[in-house]
Formats: sequence, structure tokens, C-alpha cells
Amino acid sequence: MYLYDELDRTLVTERVAEFRDQVGRRLSGELTEEEFRPLRLMNGIYLQLHAYMLRIAIPYGTLSSVQMRMLAQVARRYDRNFGHFTTRQNIQFHWIKLEELPDAMADLASVGLHGMQTSGNCVRNITTDQWAGVAPDEIEDPRIWAEVLRQHLTMHPEFSFLPRKFKIALTAATHDRAAVKVHDIGLRLHRDGAGETGFEVMVGGGLGRTPFTAKTIKPFLPKRDLLSYVEAILRVYNSYGRRDNIYKARIKILVHDLGAEAFAKEVEAEWRQIKDGPLALDPAAVDDIAARFRYPAYERLADSPPALAAARSDRLFGAWLANSVANHKVDGYAIVTLSLKPEGGTPGDATAEQMDAIAELADRYSFGEIRVGHEQNLVLPHVAQRDLPRLWRALDAAGLATPNVGLVSDIISCPGLDYCSLANTRSIPVAQEISRRFRDRDLARDLGPLHINISGCINACGHHHVGNIGILGVEKNNEEFYQITIGGRADENAAIGTLIGPAVPYADVADVVEDIVAAYLELREDPQETFLQTVDRTGIEPFKERVYATR
Amino acid sequence: MVVTANRLTDGAVVYWRADGGWTMRLGGAAVAISAAAARELLAAASVDQTRAVGAYIAPVKIAADGELQPGNLREAIRSTGPTVETRSETRIAC
Amino acid sequence: MPLVKRGRVVEDPYLRVVDDAPIPDGAAVIVPAARFLADAAELSRRSAPTGLIWPNDRKIAELAPWLDRLALIALTFPNFRDGRAYTQARQLRERYGFRGELRATGEILRDQFLFLTRAGFDSLEVKKAADAAAYAEAVGRYSVFYQPSANGFAPAQRRRLLGSTAGGERTATTADLAS
Repeated sequence: MYLYDELDRTLVTERVAEFRDQVGRRLSGELTEEEFRPLRLMNGIYLQLHAYMLRIAIPYGTLSSVQMRMLAQVARRYDRNFGHFTTRQNIQFHWIKLEELPDAMADLASVGLHGMQTSGNCVRNITTDQWAGVAPDEIEDPRIWAEVLRQHLTMHPEFSFLPRKFKIALTAATHDRAAVKVHDIGLRLHRDGAGETGFEVMVGGGLGRTPFTAKTIKPFLPKRDLLSYVEAILRVYNSYGRRDNIYKARIKILVHDLGAEAFAKEVEAEWRQIKDGPLALDPAAVDDIAARFRYPAYERLADSPPALAAARSDRLFGAWLANSVANHKVDGYAIVTLSLKPEGGTPGDATAEQMDAIAELADRYSFGEIRVGHEQNLVLPHVAQRDLPRLWRALDAAGLATPNVGLVSDIISCPGLDYCSLANTRSIPVAQEISRRFRDRDLARDLGPLHINISGCINACGHHHVGNIGILGVEKNNEEFYQITIGGRADENAAIGTLIGPAVPYADVADVVEDIVAAYLELREDPQETFLQTVDRTGIEPFKERVYATR
Repeated sequence: MVVTANRLTDGAVVYWRADGGWTMRLGGAAVAISAAAARELLAAASVDQTRAVGAYIAPVKIAADGELQPGNLREAIRSTGPTVETRSETRIAC
Repeated sequence: MPLVKRGRVVEDPYLRVVDDAPIPDGAAVIVPAARFLADAAELSRRSAPTGLIWPNDRKIAELAPWLDRLALIALTFPNFRDGRAYTQARQLRERYGFRGELRATGEILRDQFLFLTRAGFDSLEVKKAADAAAYAEAVGRYSVFYQPSANGFAPAQRRRLLGSTAGGERTATTADLAS
């Protein structure tokens, strides 16, 4: 993982000092709320229903055990003993006090954590594959480029007051685990015909009120040109993005209104003027950043060690192994996903005790490194296969080994009306009820990959548009209703789900999900056909009929 | 209707009192019957920005016994907290 | 509104000419863009300094023919959240090489000072007197910048490669900006 040098640390410390001054000026009344609001947003601080919420960036989803321990400490000292991992690889604390924030941020800064640009109309946390650096299907580690971009776009003098928020994601694997196609800029590292590695550049993806999948405006961009090209895109957006209507201010609207081709031309015209200037990436500069990424000193181990084979006889361990453990690019190692979706739990939440336990286990079994995925689960990316049985027992004791990763009860959900001032409806209790209905692990396993995404409002922080089953809370006559979509997906074949009918009331949602699942079981050609494959084959009609037959 | 906001220092939910100032108890809130009265309350509550922020007019129900109750789900959640339990402690069995 | 130039609150030597009001001979003036363009040939021949206010939704390229005759260009921030003038400023400095005074007008708060100077502004019409007085403190808050910028700071990456994480090479310092 990337090690901050003194320059990186200095910037974060200076930011904390500036924020402490801003809070002081707010509390004294020197700054009005209107003046203070964009400033606190640029440090990731929202005012929510009951309290302030602090969003901390976890750059490209990589966390050290030292940082995880500090998150636990912040949870204990300044919050209510828990944190929430989000769909953008960040963590949120929901009970923060403004007057204590400068101290909390100083604590976080001491380990290189901050909330810079996790909110506001600037470039947000740049996200990537939670298996970056260890996935077998990856051509190189995308986090190097995420870091290059992160630095360039932190406190950028020209792009700190964009028309709206801006989200960038990268992938470097055949299977896109970073949902790049639903980001403002999606970058896919790949090889061209000549074997050179470069970026496919896609723009204008996004969810929310008007969901779009991103359009490719540059099929192959040489690495050297990454910063200048991204700068050109941002400059076109900063100049021409709408500022009159916040619902039409994202770059996806600009791309849609101009058309992808015309937009690409604007970018190209700007880029040609700057591509050979100071933003052309010097290989030495990139190497310097890459050199500060530390990789583990892996041992030379063989796959399938005896300890593992012996442990398989334990049915529970075997179920977890089959579900939560993935192949690693290094022999003898494994990628372990920690489910933060226990039965009846709040998706993505972890207690301070769990965070400490995870830090401990990361130190013992994962070279001190942890990852956060956009599905709101955590990952230990460097686990020796021989350690898996012991690791499992510890995870199980900490409630982090539910073998439901990628299954029906691995629900992705925003905090919803229980916490968020933007929400129309609650989402967490919906997730909890669905999770309870599908507690049967054999059933969950039999259903296969099935992503349920829940958003409490059209801002779509739960990414419901790209859920295999998407649930969107809407308000109708002062009551909570939910629209159901099916067939969405977030990966390299990204697609927006299709609405199956009128919104259903709160009490019916879990029943509706059960009906959809029942329909799938009846319709599938064989147990190997996934839910998505069935929907692709049959269309939504049979599901719609089943759900609305009695409603 | 009542006027409600969040306390500046910690974001806690507060309600505007008839005698000016903020209370954390819905029961202590000033009630306005007409839209005009509500707007007046809001104007009074919005003058000082150093104690509470984001003031707005919220619906309220008055029970038979005169008790003030939240006027919709959002206000109920603001008044009594999240409807879901926070798992603030995990027993790690080792 | 106080005017901050080179880190200090100063008297504005320019006269703001409104709409069709007569332009005094020999005075340094700032005129609205439309007025300038209507009379560009004549106004650009003035011996006294001439400046204009440029709206944030018109292309800088339109100004290109007059840049070497303009002593001052004032760019506009209708509210501090509208960041289009940052792009215009960088284009003026870096694309077109404008060397005159670049002034930020509109809603300018202390927390934008650093962004503004790094985008190439050298004078700011500041909304609050207290902010104007705090200019040096505001721009002195940060010593590390990741990006190359108009005010000449060596970006962090260049400092790393030069092997210096402490001071680093700079072609200008905040002290220069404040003096």
C-alpha cells in the first residue's frame, strides 16, 4: 500500500489546521452557515437528521491495520462505537459533534486519514477494484494510477468549485469490480494490439435521478497522457456543465446533451493544447509514486496445503471457503472477503470492537493490509492458504464470516431515512428483513449470485439502478413505498435495471423479493443459470406477473 | 406546525420555544396553527445562526390529551432516533 | 469592498465605469465587456490604463485580439460556488500569456484566496474586510501543492524528484505574493 511521505503528511496536517480555524469562525458566528457549508462539505462533513456525519476517504479502498485501529478509536471516542462502510470505499461516522471534529480529524491525520473532498462539488474519492494488486485477472495494479490522479486532483486550484460532484473509478482486470461504467470518468487499463498498456476513457456514467452508463470517448490513451486528458475533461465540464439546476449539473447530462462525439471533440481540442505541457507524465515521477507502494514479501508457498485439505471436512468452514475465499495471483495465497452483512444486520456497519479485531487479524494474516469494496464488505488481500482455518475461526467469532458474499443476503444499502436528511424512506430495516427471510444458507447458496441494492431516495447512494434486484424508496401520501427494478448490473456489462410495476408499500417489500426469487427458481433452466441469466432470457414479464398477481 | 432545526455544536434535533430559544423536547415546542404564524416563528428562529442551523417548519400532531407528537415518519425519526438498533457492542467470543 | 493586491489592502486606482457613463480622459477605468467590445478600437488606444469586466460564461478567445492593450481583466464569481472563472484565469495566464492585472470580483471569501492566487489572480475584490485583513494568513496555510500552477510553486512531485521534501525549489513563495 502507498506510504505517505512528509509532503503528503504536511498537506493533511495543514488541512486540519485550516479546518480548525473554519470551525472556530463558524462557532463564533463570523462565518454564516451558508458560507461554512461548502467548506465543511469539502472536508466530508454533512448535517444529517440527528447529528453531523463525517465521511472519511479510504483512497482506492486500501487501509492499513494502523489506520483501522484509529477508525475504531474515533468510533469509540467521538461516535457511538461503530462506523459504516460505503459504496464508494469510504467510511462514515453518523454521530459526530461539530465542536469535536477538529480533534477527530487531527487524530485521523496522524495516520494519514482525512475527509478531504469526500463531499462537495469537487473530485471525490477515486475508487478501484478491492482486489487490486492481487487479482489473477489483472494486468497491473490500478492503484498506482489512482494515486497519481488523487494527488493531482487534491485541492486543484481550477477544479475545486465544479458544477457538481465528480467521481472517478479505475479497473485493470477482465472482470470489472469497480463499476467504472457508472462513474463520471471510468478508466479501464488494457493492452492494445501492440501489447502497450493504456486507458480506455469513458465519461458520463452515473446513477441518481437520470442514470446513464458511460460512453467511451477515447478507446486507448497512453499512460503518459492520463493527467492532461483528465484535466481536459474537467476543464470542459467546469466551463460548460450546467449551474442553474442541481439535478442537471452532472457531467452525464452535458455528455448526453452534446452527444458523446461532440463532447469528445471539445475534450480533444482542449487536450491538444496541453498534452505536451507540464502534465505529460514523466516516467520517473510515476516510478517514484509506484515505489512508495509496498507489496508484501510473500513466502514461496504451494497451493492447497495439507492444513487446508484437512479443514475442509468441517462443513461450516467448507461453506465459508467456497463462498468468501478467492484465488490470489500468488501461489499459496488467497483473497478473503469479510462479510459485513450478518443476518438481520445493518449492511456495511462494523463496531469498534470488530474494527480492532480486523486490524489484529490483518496484522497476523494479511501483512497489515485491508481493503474496502463498493459492495460494503471488507477484504484481507494477502492471506496464506495455510492460515485460512485459523482466520476463519477468528472471523466467525467476530461475526465477520457469514458465507453470503455475492449472494441474496449480501445486500447493499444506503443508510436511508433512519440517518440521512435526503432520504424519502428507510432502507436499513428493509435490508434487515430481507436478510432474515433468506437466512437459510443452503437456499442462499442455491440461488447463486444475486445482488440486491437498496436506496432510500433517488440520489441512489445504494446503487439500486445497477442491482440485480433494485429497490428504491419513494414517498407516497406520507407513507413509505418502494419501486422494484430487476436486471441491473454494475460490472463490465453494466446495465440499468427495469422497473417491474407500481411501487409497493414498506410491509410488502420482503414478500416481493421472495416472490421474485420464487419466480426465478421456477423459471431457471437449470441450477447453474444465474438470476441475471434467467432475466436476460425471459425478460421481466414473468416476474412482473408473479409479483403483481395479488397486488 | 412547529419549527425545528439542528443544534450547531453537535447536530442534535431542537425545537423552537414560544419564549424564544431552543429545546430538545418536542413537547416544549411552540405550535403554530396558521401558515402565517408558522412563518413568523421560522423568521424568529432563524435570526441567530450561532445556536441552531437549518430551521424549517415541520408538521406536528396533537393527541387527545394535548401531547405533541411528530407529524410524519421523518419527524418521528428525528424526535426519537433511528428505528433500527445500532450494534454498538459485539461480544467477540474467542 | 476592500481590494487586496499583493497581499495588502490597497486603494483601487481604477474607476468603475457603469454602462453608458462617459469615460474620463486620462483615468484608469474598468468598463463592462459589452461596452468595451462595442468601442474596442477606440478604447484600446487610450493612453491611460483600460480594463474590463468579463462575464464567466463567455469564451476568453473572444478577448484575444485585445489582450496586449488591456491593463486589467476582471473575472466574475457570481457566487463563490461558481468556479468557471478559475478556468478563464488559467487560460488567460497560461494559454494566452496575459501579463496584465487579473482581478477576481463577485463573491470572494477568504477560503478561496489560495485557489485564486494559484489560478493566476493577482488582485481580489474581497467581500469582507476581516477576510481582506487575513490574506497573508489564509494563503500561508499550505506549503504543499500537488499541481503546477500559475504562481510558480514547484509541485510536490517535482520536489520529490529533486530530493527535497523540506523546502523545495520555488520560483515564487507565499512571501513574495504577500509583499
